[in-house]
Amino acid sequence: MSESKGVWVFSEEPDLALELLGKGREIVDKLQTELAAVLFGFNVQARADELIKYGADKVYTVDNKALERFQTDAYLGVLHELAINYKPEIVLIGSTRNGRPFAARLATQLGAGCVPDCSGLSVDEKRGLVCERMTYGGNAVAKVAFKTKPQIVTVPARTFEKLEPKDRSGQVIKLDIKVEEPKTAVIDVKPLETSNVRIEDANVIVSGGRGLEKKEDTALLSDLASVLGGVVGNSRPLAEDRKWFMEWVGLSGHKVKPKLYIACGISGVIQHVAGIREAKIIVAINKDEQAPIFEVADYGVVGNLYEILPALKEAIKKQLQ
Amino acid sequence: MRRIIVCLKQAVDVSQLKADPATRQLLIAGAPRKMSDFDKNALEEAIRIKDKLGDAEVFTLTVTAEDAKAILREALAIGADKAYAVNDPSFKNVDTFGVAHILSEAIKKIGDFSLILCGEASLDDSSGLVGSRLGELLGLPQISSVRKLTVEGNSVAAERALEDAVETVKANMPALIMVTSEINQPRIPSLMMIMKASKKEIITWTAADLGIQKEKLDAKIEVIEVLAPKTERKKIRITGENAQEIAEKLAKALIQEGVVGRR
Repeated sequence: MSESKGVWVFSEEPDLALELLGKGREIVDKLQTELAAVLFGFNVQARADELIKYGADKVYTVDNKALERFQTDAYLGVLHELAINYKPEIVLIGSTRNGRPFAARLATQLGAGCVPDCSGLSVDEKRGLVCERMTYGGNAVAKVAFKTKPQIVTVPARTFEKLEPKDRSGQVIKLDIKVEEPKTAVIDVKPLETSNVRIEDANVIVSGGRGLEKKEDTALLSDLASVLGGVVGNSRPLAEDRKWFMEWVGLSGHKVKPKLYIACGISGVIQHVAGIREAKIIVAINKDEQAPIFEVADYGVVGNLYEILPALKEAIKKQLQ
Repeated sequence: MRRIIVCLKQAVDVSQLKADPATRQLLIAGAPRKMSDFDKNALEEAIRIKDKLGDAEVFTLTVTAEDAKAILREALAIGADKAYAVNDPSFKNVDTFGVAHILSEAIKKIGDFSLILCGEASLDDSSGLVGSRLGELLGLPQISSVRKLTVEGNSVAAERALEDAVETVKANMPALIMVTSEINQPRIPSLMMIMKASKKEIITWTAADLGIQKEKLDAKIEVIEVLAPKTERKKIRITGENAQEIAEKLAKALIQEGVVGRR
C-alpha cells in the first residue's frame, strides 16, 4: 500500500475553495508535498484553470451532468472513491451547512478523524498538522492533532486569505467516476434574501442587545452606524426571543472582525463574546456596571444607551469636522 | 408502531463553566451537566411527531462515561417512553468516531426504528460530527440543519436552512435527521409529568453488553490543550458628568485609536 500524500481542498462554495488553497499552499510548502483541488461539476474546465491560478498544483476533476449542483450523497461517493485511489494526507473542506456533514461522512467512510470549524492550522514538526478551534461555547480554544491519516479538517469562510492569482503551471486530471443515486432528494430551493453588506466584511459594527426596549429604538444604532460608515448588528435574544432580526452576532451566528465593535445594551454572555473576539477595538455601553461585556471591552461606558448613543453620534460628527 | 430514537448527550453546561485565571485551564470537573440544547429540540420534535402519529414510541439513547441518570429522568419526564444509556468508564477518551460507533451498536441492539433524531451539534464540544457519522455507519439517508420536519406516510420532508437558501429535502424512512434550535420550543415538564416518569424504564448497557471492540474506541484525534482564550483588552472606563461629556471623551479615544475617521 502506498503512503498517503498531498493536501486536498474541496468546497462547494467557490470563494471558500480559493481561501483553502491559500492556506493549503502554506501547509504543502512546509510538508514538502503537493496541493490538489478537487472539482466536481459540469463543464468545469474554466474553473479548473482558476484553481491552478490560485495555488493548486493539481486539479482532480469529475465532469458529469449529475454533479452540476452540490448533492451530499452524490459528491461523497465520488470523493470517497477518489480518496481511496489517490490517498491524500490532509483534506481541507469548507465549513458550510453542507460541508460540515459532508466532511464528517467522508471521515467515517475512510475511518478517519475530523476536526471541524478550525480557526487556525499550523504544521508542527513532531505532531504534523495542528488545528485550533473554539470549543465549550466560546469558553476555550482547543489545539488538536491527529493520530491517523487522512486528516480531515473543515474551515469556515473568511478564515484564511486567498493568494493573488497568477499564471502558474498545474495539471488537470480528468476522471470518470460513477455517480451514485442519492438517498435524499431536494424538492424545493428558495434563495434567502440577504442584505448587500455582509456583516463579516464591515469595518464598524454598532450592535444592540436586550437593553433596547422597542424595535424602533434600533434606529439609534443605525444613526450612529451611518456616521461611522458601519452596519448594525445584534445579539441573539433580539433575533431568537424578540424576532426583530433574522440573524445575530455570536458563536452560533456571525463571527465578525471589525476594526470597531460597539456593544449597546448587550450583557456579554460568552457565546456573544466568542463572535466578536477578533474585533480590534470593543466598546461597551451598558447601564449595569456588573455586565460581563465590560471584561472584554477596551472602552466601557456605564450609562443609559438612549442618552449616550445620540450624544456619541453628535460628538463624532463634531470632532471629525 | 413507529419507533423514534433520539440521541441525547449529557453536556457540560457551558454557561456555568469557569476557567482558572492563572493557568487558563477550564474547570470542567466541577461544572454542572445538562441535556445538550439541540438534543432537547430533537426530543421535543420526536414527541410532537409521536403525538401526531398516535401509534408511535420515543426512545432516547445516551452514550456516557459518567452518571447521566438526571438527564435520562428529564427525558422521560419530557415524554420519552424509554431511556437507554450505554455507560462505561472506558468511554472517557473516545472521540466522535467512537461515540458514533457505540451509538450504532446500541441502535442495532434496540432493533427496528423509523427515525433517528439528533441535535445539530452538542452544547460543549459543538463539533456536529456525531449525527452525520452515525447516519453513515447505519447507511441511512440523512438530513442536517433541519428547522421544520413533516412525516408523510413512509417518508419525511425536511426544511433546511442553508447560508443563502432554504432547501426542502425528502427521504424515505428509516432516516436520520439533525435539528437546529429553530425547529421548536422544547416543553418544560410539569410536576405531574416528572412523577409519571419515575415509573418509566431506564436500560443501562456497558461496552461489553454491546460487544464493542476495543480498537473502535481508539481516538482518531489527540487533544493537545484546551485553554480559555487570552483576553487582552484595555478595559478603560469612560466617565463624565453627563452623556455629552462621556460621548466627547469616547469619540476622542476612538479617533486616536484610528478606528473612527473621515471616510
